This record gives sequence, C-alpha cells and structure tokens, in this order.
Amino acid sequence: MAKIMELATAIRENVNDGDLLVMEGFTHLIPHAAAHEVIRQGYKDLTLSRMTPDLIYDQLIGMGRVKKLIFSYAGNPGVGLLLRFRDAVENQWPRALEIEEHSHAAMANAYEAGAAGLPCAVFRGYRGAGLTEVNPNIKSIECPFTGEKLAAVPALNADVAIIHAQRANKNGDVLLEGIIGVQKEAVLGAKRAVVTVEEIVDDFGDISPNAVVLPRWTINAVVVIAGGAHPSYAHGYYSRDNGFYKDWDQISRDRDVFLEWMDENVMKSGPQAFEVHVKKGPAK
Amino acid sequence: MTDITLAEIMTVTAARALKNTDVCFVGIGLPSEACNLARLTHAPEITLIYESGTIGTKPNVLPLSIGDGELCETAVANVSVPEMFRYWLQGGRITVGFLSAAQLDRFGNINTTVIGDYHNPKTRLPGGGGAPEIATSCGEIFITLKHSKRAFVDQLDFFTSIGHGDGPGHRGRLGITTKGPTRLVTDLCVMLPNPDSCEFEVVSLHPGVTREQVIEATGWPLAFARNVSETAAPTAIELDALRDLKQRTTEAHAAA
Repeated sequence: MAKIMELATAIRENVNDGDLLVMEGFTHLIPHAAAHEVIRQGYKDLTLSRMTPDLIYDQLIGMGRVKKLIFSYAGNPGVGLLLRFRDAVENQWPRALEIEEHSHAAMANAYEAGAAGLPCAVFRGYRGAGLTEVNPNIKSIECPFTGEKLAAVPALNADVAIIHAQRANKNGDVLLEGIIGVQKEAVLGAKRAVVTVEEIVDDFGDISPNAVVLPRWTINAVVVIAGGAHPSYAHGYYSRDNGFYKDWDQISRDRDVFLEWMDENVMKSGPQAFEVHVKKGPAK
Repeated sequence: MTDITLAEIMTVTAARALKNTDVCFVGIGLPSEACNLARLTHAPEITLIYESGTIGTKPNVLPLSIGDGELCETAVANVSVPEMFRYWLQGGRITVGFLSAAQLDRFGNINTTVIGDYHNPKTRLPGGGGAPEIATSCGEIFITLKHSKRAFVDQLDFFTSIGHGDGPGHRGRLGITTKGPTRLVTDLCVMLPNPDSCEFEVVSLHPGVTREQVIEATGWPLAFARNVSETAAPTAIELDALRDLKQRTTEAHAAA
C-alpha cells in the first residue's frame, strides 16, 4: 500500500545493493530526481534495465554504480551517443559493464510478460538479427498450433521499479498520461515500486475513464517532487528541456567535467533543486 | 529557386517515395524530416507513427527525440510501447518503415550497434532500438542516408537488422514475408534493389552528380541500372515547405 513519504526514505526503504532496478520512461516522465537520490545513497552493483537508457543511466554508469545494463537503445535522443556508457563499454571506465542487449520489441514484450506473471515473452522477432548471436537470452520457440518459429526472451521482473507520474491523489493512487511508455508494465512486474509525482491532489476530478491509474496497492511509496522529471518533461506541466540534452553531450564528454558536474548538481544537491524547472516555461 | 543543396534534394526525393495512403513507422533524423515533408506537401493524409506510441501525429516542427510532447498532442491516438510493438507493428498494420543507418551494405542490411568487434568495440553506437522488427514487420522499408565510404561498406561490422540478407531468398528462408528494403535515397542518388540479385543499384543521379562521385563514396563495387536517369529537381513548393519546416524547427529548439 502506497505511503506518501520523503524521497530519501522512499529510496532507502526500497532499493538495495545488487538490485535489478528499472527506471522507465520513453523520453517522457523520466524520474531524474529519484535517480539522483539513488546515486546520492551510494548503492553498488546495480543491474539496470530500460529500453532507452539516457542521461540518468549514463550518470549511474559514470559514477560506477552499475554492474550490468539490460537495454535496447542507449543513446542521447536526438543528440547522439551516450558517452559515459560508451566509456564503460569501450574502456571499462570507471568499471567494466556487463550488457544484455535486446530490440525494443523484445524489451516491451519482456516487461509485459513480467506484469502478466509469465516466465517468458513470445513474439515474432529477431529474424536475421545479429543480437541472436551475442545475447544467450534470446531463444526461439515453436508455436504448438502452427509450427511457426517465434522468438522468446525471459520475462523482466525488477526488484524495484521507479517511475515519475503527473499526480497522485491523497490516497496514493497514481495517474499518468501522454506518452506512457512501458511504465505500467514495469511497475506491475516489479516486487516494489516507488513513484515520484508533480503534485498530490484531493481527487483526480474529471478524467477519462481510460486514463492510466495505478491503484495505491500496486505501489510502495509516493513522493512529491515538482519538476522531478527535468530535463525530461511532464505532459501538462512543463516541456522537454532539449537544450540540456545537448549540453549533456559536452558535460559527459570528459571524465573530470562529468565528475565535477555530478558533485555539484547531484551529490551536493537535493530533490528541491528540481522545482525551479516547473516555472520555467509554459506547460506543454 | 537557387542554391539547392544535395541534402535538400535527398530529403525531397525521399519524401516523394511516400503515398497519401501509407502508414509509416518513422525513424528519427533524416527519415523524420522526409516523412513530415511528405505530409506537408503531396501526402497530407499519411499516417506517421513514432515508436513512442504516437499514431497519426502531425508535428508543426521536427521533434528532437522520438517522444517529444508535440508528437503526443497532435496524434490521433497514443498507445503504450508494448501495444505499439505488438498490435501495430507485429500485427502488420504498418505499410512502410523509414530507417537510417550508421553502416549499410549492398543488400540494405543495417548496422547501428557497434563499429569494430561487438565484445570489444572501437565505437559503441546506441544499438538497434526498434529496427530489428521494423525491418521484418513493415510491408516495405525505405532507407535514407548520406553517401560516404564510412557508411556504405563492403562488410558490416554488425548485423543489426536484416535487409535482403545475403541475397535472393534469404528473407523467405527466415520466414519473413515482407518486402524489405525497396528504396534507398542518398544525397547523391536514388538506388533500388536489382530484381535478380537484390543488390542496390543506382537508378538516378541527383542533378549535377557524376557516376564517379557516387562510385568514390561507396565502399563496394557499385552497380548501375541499365538506364540511369537524372533525379527530378525539387519544385519550388517542395523547397519552400522544407525550408519553412527547418526554419520553424530551428527556432523552436533554440527557444526551448
């Protein structure tokens, strides 16, 4: 049952060294503030999973907190490569990074299988793809009815899922809308879930009966952090800070510049630093 | 219209390949530019789909990422990512997938994963994202990519997604029933797969481009079709629409 609490407590109560941690978000609603708290608390040997690891995963990898990454596209969207990830893969800096690489279809299916309580996902995929030769977790299965050969990957069930959403009500139910990615599946497939939200309201009011609402009993902790997705965005609250994504390309290019930026903006900072971004521009 | 660049000819030519009735899975970058130009010119009813789950989107400016807010706000429908890949892509609803590449070979196979060895790469690229299944589940594939020896290679470093594999019949042997790459538009020429060999060959050269230029920028022994024509130059309407779109995009991203 969701408890409304402070960020530091929510992370401490739900994340452990060595966990399989999922912080999903497909460009939208990426839990930046929560990821920074994970970094501040100094967890070790995490396995991270995400379809589109971007800046927060680059930060965790660059800080040496990650043992293994499960992913399908590791880039800075619209800008280029993910440079701390690259440094880890190419030069083992600051440590070697184990990778398990999939396609988007495989990851999406794996999260869905995790939420559905199945051991694996079955789909029509990976035909002629080189990943089948380098990832032993990609196998095939024969349809018992038609004989068609289909791809199979293990279900993705995280120890803890952390997502950002637009709002919660005072009971702790969570609403998200817009580009909803794979967050619902990630939460329902995880053992524990932490959700940061832009605001807590008395009730959701006049919303579509089909809005994505995660009932409070699917979540362990709800934390209010206005602006907590910045430089990603929260539909209806603030728009994507594309300028920062471009800046990150420079910040992350050099190890020392990166470490200095992390020290100043993450290690010596806190969730309250995100609030300023909400007032920055018109809601979009 | 003066001072038309080869990059503009590439985008306009790529856009012309799309039809009003197409349902198109759009890759970010050059494909996104071409697809939106088609929508703003000859194909106003085209359905553009981005893998973030936005179906029938009509952005006023080009998105920086595949999940920019405007894609969602202007879409006919927004669905979750699992639904996108299961019902819409795997379900066979998409007529055209529009892709780009880091490396491409003569059969339209694509690498966006690594330069060098997979386990010890010289350059680790972002990876395939949606491409492995886009390449096999869409009715056909268009590719747009700037011509260079670095990109048009004899041997791919990694086989991210299949084009025509090692030639005729390869897709069929893998149980793939879709057409695969049917058109390649570069900043120098248009290429189509030869019906017998499945190898991309030049069918038209952009205005002012020579055969030698294309041969020089291609990393494999390049084939030309029996009749090579000149690519029709962009019209004033096409150029205006493209330049307006790029101008709006630059202003929007600078202001953000």
